[in-house]
Amino acid sequence: MHALLAYGFLQRAFLAGVLIAVACAVLGIFLILRKDAMIGHGLSHIAFAGVALGLFLNVLPLAAALAVVIAAAITVMKLKDRAGLHGDTAIGIFSSLGMAVGILLASLAKGFNVELMSYLFGDILAIEPLEVGLTVALAAAVLLTVRLNYAKLLFMTFDRESARAAGIRVGRLDMLLMVLTAVTIVLGMKVAGILLVAALIVIPAAAGLQIARSFRAAVRASTAVAVVSVAAGLGLSLALNVPASAAIVVLCFLAFAVFSLRKKGRGVPLRSK
Amino acid sequence: MDLIVLRGVSFRYDGAPVLVDINMTIREGDFLAIIGPNGSGKTTLVKVILGLLGPSSGEVEIFGKPRQEFSDWRKIGYVPQKATHIDPFFPASVEEVVGMALVSNRRPRSASGREGRERILRALEEVGMGEYRKWPIGRLSGGQQQRVFIARALVTSPRILFLDEPTTGVDAETQTSFYDMLDLLNRREGLTIVLVTHDIGIVNKHVTSVACLNQKLVYHGSHEDFCRSGVFRDMVGRGDHLISHEH
Repeated sequence: MHALLAYGFLQRAFLAGVLIAVACAVLGIFLILRKDAMIGHGLSHIAFAGVALGLFLNVLPLAAALAVVIAAAITVMKLKDRAGLHGDTAIGIFSSLGMAVGILLASLAKGFNVELMSYLFGDILAIEPLEVGLTVALAAAVLLTVRLNYAKLLFMTFDRESARAAGIRVGRLDMLLMVLTAVTIVLGMKVAGILLVAALIVIPAAAGLQIARSFRAAVRASTAVAVVSVAAGLGLSLALNVPASAAIVVLCFLAFAVFSLRKKGRGVPLRSK
Repeated sequence: MDLIVLRGVSFRYDGAPVLVDINMTIREGDFLAIIGPNGSGKTTLVKVILGLLGPSSGEVEIFGKPRQEFSDWRKIGYVPQKATHIDPFFPASVEEVVGMALVSNRRPRSASGREGRERILRALEEVGMGEYRKWPIGRLSGGQQQRVFIARALVTSPRILFLDEPTTGVDAETQTSFYDMLDLLNRREGLTIVLVTHDIGIVNKHVTSVACLNQKLVYHGSHEDFCRSGVFRDMVGRGDHLISHEH
């Protein structure tokens, strides 16, 4: 493994993968506790349209997906506020629309289906240097923004009304969290693929929440699960010649299963009562 | 000093009047009870003062400034109704919950610094919860959680504390020690306290002034005058202190 890491493509994959894993793990805790766990799933479907658009217009698919998913995330937020749509309805509408537009674009411009497949299932080992640069910069920006707003996000997530009364502009923070999630989903799609990236947001955070006695501990545990799963998943992919994205998600789930069994008597109970 | 002044404040919800022409002043050092039957607009009044709801008409003045211009929310502590109806699985330690209130100022990292930690501990000790600071909030009893939320409201050293039905679901013994603690904060620390309650039994023992609300302000004055007033006799006659508050 050590010798393998001497290869440039592997170093790039590890660097990008680990940073994305941390961003997904941290945001996942906030999203689950806000009961927005499915937002990752919805935005990843919208990313499909973005990637297809990028390939159709011959621009960097990652950049096209970023633009489309951020725009969709903002629209979903506005719709939730203004159109009075219940719960996940807005994200349900836009995720289906995203898939439909993606499929239409794919069928209109025949010939890019192979590349589109790499986005659907993820191909972190084939990440290009330009994409690594973009990924590292954006993931670092996401993490820095969360760090700067960590306490406000925590207050809002725990007790929205008191946060408002304390002068926190919760509407702006909602929007910020949506945009950060949108960026992270687009970056994560290179690691886990459009079909599985939502798992990176939900499963490590759900695992961390099984054993944590404080918010900080939950964030740390979630991050550890995500980073170890991505690193080990890449290792397994190389060793066994299996898709990295699937290996990563299965490892995340194993961590969740282990933490769920260990939580008895120490952390917070399973919320499925 | 007048901390809060309301002039002709009305609030409508979907066209229906909830508050009608409220004129009221809350002075420094007051221990004010806002009482009234269910649906009388008590919670709405507090939310209008705190800027959580905008009045349909009238003016709210906070610390001498129009509410729209007021921004130093650290001066105001707030424990909302059903504060203890939290997600029992939320992974927050007691000190994290108290530290949340430190973020509303311009130093977002102050909760984790040395000064922040000291403030958190001091606030927890003030409400007798210092030894629980590492506990998950969901593991505490309702009464203990309520004290933690008071500590969160106190951590910014506010001048006025708003509590909305703070003892709903808390047993009688815990309620007594809870109100004794508020008494102490009011008398020893000089903290102005505004307590929304449906329970006029509390009013008798602790507060210095009373505002009786039923969409309109039916009575606002000293506790002694209130006890002699017809409003009080009417409420006792109806057995209002026995009404359980469920909304």
